[in-house]
Amino acid sequence: MARELKLMKGNEAIAEAAIRAGADAYFGYPITPQSEVIEYLMAEKPHERTGKVVLQAESEVAAINMVYGAAGAGKRVWTSSSSPGISLKQEGISYIAGAELPCVILNVVRGGPGLGTIQPSQADYFQSVKGGGHGDYRLIVLAPSSVQEMADYVVDAFDLAFKYRNPVLILSDGVIGQMMEKVYLIEQRPRLTDEEIKQRYAWATTGKKDGTERRVITSLALKADEMEAHNIHLQKKYAEIEANEVRFEEFQCDDAEYVFVAYGSSARVCQKAVQLARNKGIKAGLLRLITLFPFPKAEIGRLTGQVKGMLAVEMSSGQMIEDVKLAVNGRIKAEHFGRFGGNIPTPDEVLYALETQIIGG
Amino acid sequence: MLAKDIIKPENLVYQKTKLMTDNVLSYCPGCGHGTAHRITMEVLEEMGIGDETIGVAPVGCSVLAYEFMNIDMQQAAHGRAPAVATGIKRCYPEKFVFTYQGDGDLAAIGTAETIHACNRGENITIIFVNNGIYGMTGGQMAPTTLPGMRSSTSPYGRDVNLMGNPLKMTELVAQLPGTSFVSRQAVHTPKHVRKAKKAIRQAFELQKQKKGTTFVEIVSNCNSGWKMTPVQANQWMEENMFPFYPLGDIKVPE
Ligand SMILES: Cc1ncc(C[n+]2csc(CCOP(=O)(O)OP(=O)(O)O)c2C)c(N)n1
Ligand code: SF4
Repeated sequence: MARELKLMKGNEAIAEAAIRAGADAYFGYPITPQSEVIEYLMAEKPHERTGKVVLQAESEVAAINMVYGAAGAGKRVWTSSSSPGISLKQEGISYIAGAELPCVILNVVRGGPGLGTIQPSQADYFQSVKGGGHGDYRLIVLAPSSVQEMADYVVDAFDLAFKYRNPVLILSDGVIGQMMEKVYLIEQRPRLTDEEIKQRYAWATTGKKDGTERRVITSLALKADEMEAHNIHLQKKYAEIEANEVRFEEFQCDDAEYVFVAYGSSARVCQKAVQLARNKGIKAGLLRLITLFPFPKAEIGRLTGQVKGMLAVEMSSGQMIEDVKLAVNGRIKAEHFGRFGGNIPTPDEVLYALETQIIGG
Repeated sequence: MLAKDIIKPENLVYQKTKLMTDNVLSYCPGCGHGTAHRITMEVLEEMGIGDETIGVAPVGCSVLAYEFMNIDMQQAAHGRAPAVATGIKRCYPEKFVFTYQGDGDLAAIGTAETIHACNRGENITIIFVNNGIYGMTGGQMAPTTLPGMRSSTSPYGRDVNLMGNPLKMTELVAQLPGTSFVSRQAVHTPKHVRKAKKAIRQAFELQKQKKGTTFVEIVSNCNSGWKMTPVQANQWMEENMFPFYPLGDIKVPE
């Protein structure tokens, strides 16, 4: 199949890819560094191209609840925002997870806390993989590290969301959202017709037909036993996701004595740091995480039998390191290195951290 | 005459709409919610659109509306029903979509969603049950609580200097170009029920014609929250709520 090649910003690439993936609707509210998503969508007139609905909501709260409504009616729907806006969406995300609705949420992370900075950051890791909103739930979290992956992962994200009836979060950052790279785009996929939705998704509230049971989208279970049963069901689903959907990529890990563990733009920096290390004779490698939930615990566990130490590199003061340490389980040395608040570490800084914190430390 | 001679289909003068389930209503005896549910479902049945309608239930005493309304339903987060309805309606412009919301839901936490859905002229119907109080959580003050009215969080009466003034959302949304029909009704007597049902019918007829947002407030009682008997509550409502929230159409299409 011919794949169209374009030079695009990450934010534009994901918007274009979502149209091509056959998305039915997007609801969002502007915030830097991801406003290009809705700007691109509006300029592209997807309602004319494919019939896709694009609406600028009055707030992120409204946007995520519009997503809830459309998702509850079986539509392929997504939203995007950056950190402060994602915080506002958390109530809605919890409801969506509780009601088991499929949708895609993009977070182009910026530095925080509070209004923070519009510069890139990875400090929303805890919020993304540990819940974010209230209650025992999980999102499937995908972390693109290039413009190409912004385009690719949104397609995967819709598939995963519908496979598991679960919200999927694409955890990006200001670097990936704003930078321009070449990107291969898939051909336009047709949107499902209302009839196809009715047939495929028996749970979707599309209007009940005579003789069929009415459908109800809800996350309410007033009786403790019902609520517990629903939670047990959710936990089973999350366990299935953990068993089937772990994704990562390894770079020069085969003979590595030390590995960097990173995702997103930090992984790009670490890839360069691996080269610098190898030039100096240090056998370094990179474990790049693609899914943050499910977390590649088993692979990290396996690597502890091979390497002497791990450096978790993240543009935060140390969030992902907690999961790395749990997976390492004390078998080897594992430390965090990060620049944060909008700063991006250089490959030299990362290599220096490996030498001082792990090799020499 | 024996009962079996009387109970015959040809003698039937009234029956429950098929669009209400057989589940026992969870509302307090005398509460207006049950009647408001029933007439909404009767309108859908009479218009023959029950299969084409998706309802959105709020957080409040009517959170369980989906247990009683025998149609496809979504339960929304507190105050967010108009946004949820927007999401559904934008994707299914040919279906009928309505929200059913209390005054805490619509006039406090969901003010922004309500005003913006109405201002965009979303082609949905909003049924707004105003009982001047937070029923579900045990009778706290709502934005609609009358000046001087007692509630569990205004135990000495609502002091407007400290607690602000009651908010007339219905008059407010009537100002917006996106609404085509805005009406305030009640359901405590048969006469009022008939009028309220007529207003709800008109709201859905206008939705069918894609005339923008239609909005029907139902001034209702909350005998439990008001700490009155059902009869006292209805009387109190007539004497106190209706002067402040006068009944009738506020905006009708030209
Ligand atoms: C975010 C959030 N805040 C608060 C609540 C608690 N709560 C549940 S119902 C309610 C008020 C309901 O009052 P109203 O909308 O007037 O409906 P009524 O029960 O009177 O019909 C509140 C505050 C909640 N469920 N969610
Ligand atoms: S608490 Fe009030 S609003 Fe709720 S069911 Fe009882 S009377 Fe009705």
